[in-house]
Amino acid sequence: MPTFATKTGLPRYLRDEQERIEKVAASLGLDFFPVVFEMLTYDQMNEVAAYGGFPNRYPHWRFGMEYERLSKSYEYGLSKIYEMVINNNPGIAYLLEGNSLTDQRLVMCHVLGHVDFFKNNFAFRATDLDASGQVVDPIKSHGKYEPNRKWVDKLANHGAAVRRIVARHGIEKVEDFIDKCLSLENLIDPYSPFVVRHREEPEDEEPREVEVPRLHAKEYMDSFINPDEYMEEQKKKLEAEREAKKDKFPKERQRDVLLFLLDHAPLERWERALLGVIREEAYYFVPQMQTKVMNEGWASYWHSKLMTEHVADPQDIIDYSDSNAGVMATSKGQVNPYKLGVELYRHIEERWNKGQFGKEWEDCDDLDAKRHWDLRLGLGKEKIFEVRALYTDVTFIDDFFTPEFAVEQGFYTYAWSNRNERYEVETREFKAIKEKMLAQFTNFGSPFIYVEDGNHENRGELLLTHDHRGVDLRADYAREALASLVRIWKRPVCIRTILDGKEATLRYDGEEQTVRNGDA
Amino acid sequence: MSLKIDQDHYRFRNIVRGKIRDNLRRYISQGELIGRKGKDLVSIPIPQIDIPRFTFGDKQQGGVGQGDGEPGDPLGGDPQDGDGGAGKAGSEAGEHMLEVDVTLDELADILGEELELPDIQDKGKSSVVAVKDRYTGIRRVGPESLRHFKRTYREALKRAIASGTYDPGDPVIVPQHEDKRFRSWNTETEPVANAVILYMMDVSGSMGDEQKEIVRIESFWIDAWLKKQYKGLESRYIIHDAVAREVERDTFFHTRESGGTMISSAYKLCAQTIDDHYPAEEWNIYPFHFSDGDNWSMDDTLSCIEIMKKDLLPRVNMFAYGQVESPYGSGQFIKDLREHFGTDERVVTSEIRDKDAIVSSIKDFLGKGN
Repeated sequence: MPTFATKTGLPRYLRDEQERIEKVAASLGLDFFPVVFEMLTYDQMNEVAAYGGFPNRYPHWRFGMEYERLSKSYEYGLSKIYEMVINNNPGIAYLLEGNSLTDQRLVMCHVLGHVDFFKNNFAFRATDLDASGQVVDPIKSHGKYEPNRKWVDKLANHGAAVRRIVARHGIEKVEDFIDKCLSLENLIDPYSPFVVRHREEPEDEEPREVEVPRLHAKEYMDSFINPDEYMEEQKKKLEAEREAKKDKFPKERQRDVLLFLLDHAPLERWERALLGVIREEAYYFVPQMQTKVMNEGWASYWHSKLMTEHVADPQDIIDYSDSNAGVMATSKGQVNPYKLGVELYRHIEERWNKGQFGKEWEDCDDLDAKRHWDLRLGLGKEKIFEVRALYTDVTFIDDFFTPEFAVEQGFYTYAWSNRNERYEVETREFKAIKEKMLAQFTNFGSPFIYVEDGNHENRGELLLTHDHRGVDLRADYAREALASLVRIWKRPVCIRTILDGKEATLRYDGEEQTVRNGDA
Repeated sequence: MSLKIDQDHYRFRNIVRGKIRDNLRRYISQGELIGRKGKDLVSIPIPQIDIPRFTFGDKQQGGVGQGDGEPGDPLGGDPQDGDGGAGKAGSEAGEHMLEVDVTLDELADILGEELELPDIQDKGKSSVVAVKDRYTGIRRVGPESLRHFKRTYREALKRAIASGTYDPGDPVIVPQHEDKRFRSWNTETEPVANAVILYMMDVSGSMGDEQKEIVRIESFWIDAWLKKQYKGLESRYIIHDAVAREVERDTFFHTRESGGTMISSAYKLCAQTIDDHYPAEEWNIYPFHFSDGDNWSMDDTLSCIEIMKKDLLPRVNMFAYGQVESPYGSGQFIKDLREHFGTDERVVTSEIRDKDAIVSSIKDFLGKGN
């Protein structure tokens, strides 16, 4: 598009800044892809931000919605986009025309942190592409790590493909179908790139005979520990299970509902193409969702370190502090990922510098000794670099969110009070905070849903199960999501879940929704 | 400059306005609409459409926050649902709750457009004509006190240039008699369209906070629309349980009384107010009554109908009755009204089940252009 990609290059003085900052960052150990900074006007910025950072996406109203929100809030001075960078090789980041030099420096430092993270955190390997633009298996080793991540091109190609479909079938029809796909967007298997979910069984081979695992025992004890009757009984049970499984479809319950639909739903070609696009993009954004806290924390850690120790001139400091404080602000009802992340990294760094880890530390009950614990190991920097490569938010918080940290940072949990009809602070107890925190980050706060049966009740209906972990599904939204599934599966769809403490099955047949209590 | 996003934005606007993709409209977030600030500004949340997904019901969930507060302290404000994990490609520092100012007039326009409301037809009550002189014209003669300096100067300059006496080095312009221009007035007649809305609300025990919230939102929009249609709009507020009294706007929305319900008491007071202050020849009169439809007795309902027939209907442009559903009310009153005034154009009734029904109810009330 001609309006874009013209005159977005950096002016000379900013190119010099970039060079200088990159040199400092590299000398401190950051390892990033080459970064291309583009300079945008505020409406271009809002446009790109609405597209999730990409100059070109498929047409859809929700980008327009995002654009309206961003431009209104910019025009009314409520917020402005502070930085934007996309996971691509080369890294692409945007600077807002007319920002002060201090802000531009701050953004550059922040962006380098992100690009280092994109390159080095393992989760992002799931976004490596091969020469033809397909996602490669991230588990296989590559030698020197210079991955292809031309996602800007890929998403632009998606845009072109969708536009072709629109030209053929009309925007109404296509957009409606995209809405349906988007309402199922979270039904994917975030860890699937790193796990082998099922192995192919060779088809022509007879299935091996059922073998009951025996408990290890000395020979003379064997008949007591693994009695024959019991072994026989177990064998029958396993055989029955296998028999029941034989006609089951899918064989194992499947987490990637979108993949199941792509493989098995009766879709027209253009519908399949759209669903494929949505699924691929959903997977592209997974690592960013898995590492929101770590990623923002890492970038904030580095912008603060780079700015205050190397980059900022003395007269920048006040402006820098002001911008930085805005980013780090905490709120009563929400965890600020920037703040949580940066504080966790600093906490880790301090602990490993002082040797506050390991068995001796864990076993120490003397609070005073703990407070003055300092073995002067100086391992902090090494540790945080390791953490940024090997963790995602859930493991990050699970391992490093400690009681000391929770107290220091003033965390609490809150809950809805039915009596007072408002949200209230619930407790400051560490266990509750951590549990709730982890629950929020597990599966990005989405429910766990699986395809259980593609031929439910032998009527070609689709049965999903919701792995209920204490919180019910939102009923009206669940109904709409079921409706989307019906549109794609073209047969009735059920979901088995728990409502108000009772097992329930929601079923939608295209016309009405029924709720049946108990097992379906 | 045209942007690629314009097309997507245009489609989004059209969805919000209900021109396309009707099935998405119910996910447009409503939020609080009232919140007038300053002169005639109101803050409204930016429309957002949620794409429905399998997700958790929020209230069970709660979340984690940071800051001061003891267990049991209110959080203050509605926390955004606590999905710390979700979010977009590293954009945006701290998302604030966004509110945007729109003038009341703009809002009324949007409302009118959204609901396809017709402009209100004047009921011939604007026979009272106000005469006003406005200085809108220019004449060549007039008193010096009305001389139009700029125009006069311009004429003089034109003449000077045309006659070649203008000297850019010494740009002195001396106006002569024929250059002079004077302001002059035109007499305009304008019909005085005065309107009064008389809000009546049942505040008996059965009207809960939710019901009042509905009345509050609905009356705000009715106010906004009629204000746009009439220059001098007045509002009066009457609350009633077994007795009626007139109150301030604020009291109107926040009173909670208990006890019985005698609707006729409110209608009597309404008729009285009209008698005392708003002669029907000069005023467009709009009584709006909201209740949960539970009246004390059939006798009282009959006397309501009597008052309406005799005292109210002959004088008003329209009588509107909105029935809010409540768990306690019998909802009988609307049926009685419909039975007696089923064909009468001046009586408009509407049932408001919940917040979502407000829009269609406003359309019921104002859609006829009475």
